[in-house]
Amino acid sequence: MGFDPSFSSRQFKSVGTRPLRPDGIDKVTGRARYGADFNMPGQLVGRVLRSPHAHARIKSIDTSKAEALKGVKAVITAADLPDMTAGDAALHSILENCMARTKAFYDGHAVAAVAAVDARTAREALKLIEVDYEVLPHVTDVDEAMKPDAPLLHENVFTEGVDPRPSKPSNVAKRSQYGHGDVQAGFREADIVIERSYKTEQTHQGYIEPHACVASVNADGTGDLWVCTQGHFVYRDQCARLLGMDISKLRVTSSEIGGGFGGKTHVWAEPVALALSRKAGRPVKLVMSREEVFRASGPTSATSIDVKIGARKDGTITAASATLRYTCGPWYGMWAELGAMTAFACYGLASVQTVGYEVLVNRPKTAAYRAPSAPMAAFAVESAVDELAGKLGMDPVEFRIRNAAREGTRSSYGPVYGPIGIGPTLEAVREHPHMQVPLGKNQGRGMACGFWFNFGGQTCTDINIGVDGTVTLAVGTIDVGGSRASLSLVVAEELGIPYSQVKAVVADTGTLGYNDMTDGSRGTFSSSMAAISAARNAIEIMRHRAAAMWDIPADDVVWEDGQARAKGENHGNLPALSLKEIAAAAPNTGGPIAGHSELVADGAGVSFATHICDVEVDPETGSTRVVRYTVVQDAGKAVHPTYVEGQYQGGAAQGIGWALNEEYIYGKDGRLQNPGFLDYRIPVCSDLPMIGTQILEIPNPNHPYGVRGVGETSIVPPLAAIANAVSNAAGVRMTHIPMSPPRILAALEAEQAG
Amino acid sequence: MMSGIAVSTTINGDEVEFLCQAEETLLEVLRDRLGMTGAKEGCGTGDCGACSVIVDDRLVCSCLVLGAEAEGRRIDTIEGMADGDKLHPLQQKFIEHAALQCGICTPGFLMAAKDLLAKNPDPTEEEIRFGLAGNLCRCTGYDKIVRAVQDAASVMKGA
Repeated sequence: MGFDPSFSSRQFKSVGTRPLRPDGIDKVTGRARYGADFNMPGQLVGRVLRSPHAHARIKSIDTSKAEALKGVKAVITAADLPDMTAGDAALHSILENCMARTKAFYDGHAVAAVAAVDARTAREALKLIEVDYEVLPHVTDVDEAMKPDAPLLHENVFTEGVDPRPSKPSNVAKRSQYGHGDVQAGFREADIVIERSYKTEQTHQGYIEPHACVASVNADGTGDLWVCTQGHFVYRDQCARLLGMDISKLRVTSSEIGGGFGGKTHVWAEPVALALSRKAGRPVKLVMSREEVFRASGPTSATSIDVKIGARKDGTITAASATLRYTCGPWYGMWAELGAMTAFACYGLASVQTVGYEVLVNRPKTAAYRAPSAPMAAFAVESAVDELAGKLGMDPVEFRIRNAAREGTRSSYGPVYGPIGIGPTLEAVREHPHMQVPLGKNQGRGMACGFWFNFGGQTCTDINIGVDGTVTLAVGTIDVGGSRASLSLVVAEELGIPYSQVKAVVADTGTLGYNDMTDGSRGTFSSSMAAISAARNAIEIMRHRAAAMWDIPADDVVWEDGQARAKGENHGNLPALSLKEIAAAAPNTGGPIAGHSELVADGAGVSFATHICDVEVDPETGSTRVVRYTVVQDAGKAVHPTYVEGQYQGGAAQGIGWALNEEYIYGKDGRLQNPGFLDYRIPVCSDLPMIGTQILEIPNPNHPYGVRGVGETSIVPPLAAIANAVSNAAGVRMTHIPMSPPRILAALEAEQAG
Repeated sequence: MMSGIAVSTTINGDEVEFLCQAEETLLEVLRDRLGMTGAKEGCGTGDCGACSVIVDDRLVCSCLVLGAEAEGRRIDTIEGMADGDKLHPLQQKFIEHAALQCGICTPGFLMAAKDLLAKNPDPTEEEIRFGLAGNLCRCTGYDKIVRAVQDAASVMKGA
């Protein structure tokens, strides 16, 4: 209704303060309910049988012995799910990932599931299911999978984006290309050209809460799903489509979410739990074990990236190109394409070209992980940029400032930038005290930049004003890290009332309109935009109510500081009406007062960060300790600065783990060898220093308060920042992530051997 | 076949009796039999600390303790940490410092921090970091957790 989302400068009263979060007490007392904390009367225990093979044809599955076991109420295989082989390819791959149909494509791929009266019976039943596999040759390495003689995952995949269309199928699902200018001419203009190859290994989001849900499907086709997810509306729509249910008849309630980082934007167990419940006629609770989480959910892409950058002696980059190969797991995803789009996004380049290849391998289906695909591309590009600065004899920060994108720059992926933060973050880093701290023995300093698009998307929000003047804010974006606090601040700001008067809840799919997921750093950006719009709609109603109470025209009423004021000489002596007074009168002035908003939150402002990192490398063991770390990032406007800092710190910590330790290790048999937190080691408290943060605020012109998303960009620079620091500390250039002790020792030994 | 083991124990000061199977962990008993879902299962292998509880003044991963082993013991869980409606200083400081984002690891961290401060009321930053190294948090980078524990320690010393 005429909502104008454009930024206008203002003095904030609530936004920018740091109140306590509304869900804090529940979470420190153990009362908050997560995915596995919910139960239904008569619920069964679900368990999934998974392929022990990396690649195998499923010749037959005999479930008869399991079905005959006392206490088993349902057994399902792909035969119990719709066959979407000939339908929408994206939906088909989601369903095939939930349950293998003709082939198992990775170690851990689900092949059957049971629902039984208790966990002991369910475990026993899994052992009684007989699967006859024909084991096939497999491939897990990205470069190996691209070779013409590599084991082929699908007979019907012909590389898209190549003209003419290839005559033979391959594991390369798609080629994509971005850029502008003439890179060959640009390289000819360069005084120095650097060309390097990099690899990164596959990592997992590592959320501490395994996937969990309780599904209940009734005989009349209606159903309920309780689930930990980043997007309950998306889960509802996908589950309904996959199982042939009516969207409106499936009600999804999101639990508190125990971490997601992109990994809970995809359905895995939920359609299986619903199918089990439908067959058993009882609710089914399905909770993944940690091993299942590693083997069958998550991971990001493993990559192989070539980078070429040329520059003149004066430090101007003349051309840049990159070839990026990303694993997708067994089915197509746009992972390399995102890498190709983000690789050079920090820079203003006359000539740039990136090519991405989506590579199918016998690994779990790649899932989004915080700024998906950007960290690996940034690792490669920022490593090369750092090396090039060194060869030019330039300070790495000055070299980047010289080439940084700015307002009006055509980005490497197409659009022209508005006001952006890359230059300001670099300038802040140049001035930051961290850069002046003396380094000790075996220590090195590195820095790097990062970019993420940010996303807006479909958003629906309700504001309901209680008769006592308190306000309920119902949002449809999952709160992954404090957004109920930030959105309450926004509503308090807009209505002109105290934060304590607003209560934010995440509504279920039956009580609010559709919302996209909390992904793309969109939670606070998009829901605050919708909340502002809804609040303004509620104010409009309150203005009319006040006018009615005063018996004057609504045009003569303005809303200021949480009060309706009559303006004009004729009404000069009318005392202001507070929100509370208008709310109290509501039953007699037209009924409940609410504000609603449905919108597509366009114009998510792009996000940039620059990180500084000091490390100490032990030359004896090859182990690396991060001794100092600083994040500088543009937030547009930090609604709740404490939780913005938290996003900066958390992303940096995940990046540190990725850079130094974390990787999926596959054996020659294609089986994952480290599906647990003992062998897949994420950073612990004693691994990390305090993580310094500096919030810059360059308003996003497309949000009323200037807000940009802040959640993802913080994981983009760390891989490169740490690689640059390690390379400076150890005196060898590291090109393979993670930089685990064996890799660093090998690099040191190779350097010594000359 | 389905005979259970009868166990008498004390949880958060209350006498509790339950039946469990021999293979059931204390974590499963707390969550599935007693409805105390504050302790979380993040891994089931003692690597993440989300299920931390205190048994006879000793911090343990309840996923590594059998339910039957609770016999005659004194068990403290997150549900007993606050004194009625008065939060424990650690709980209060975790909220104030935003030491949680998703919060799934928080009950385990609070139990571990309580155990740490009981044994070392004035820990250095390094002692806090190593004292809490058995608990995984994927959201915060630990910075605000360490600060919350430091602040709680100073409040508790002054109390």
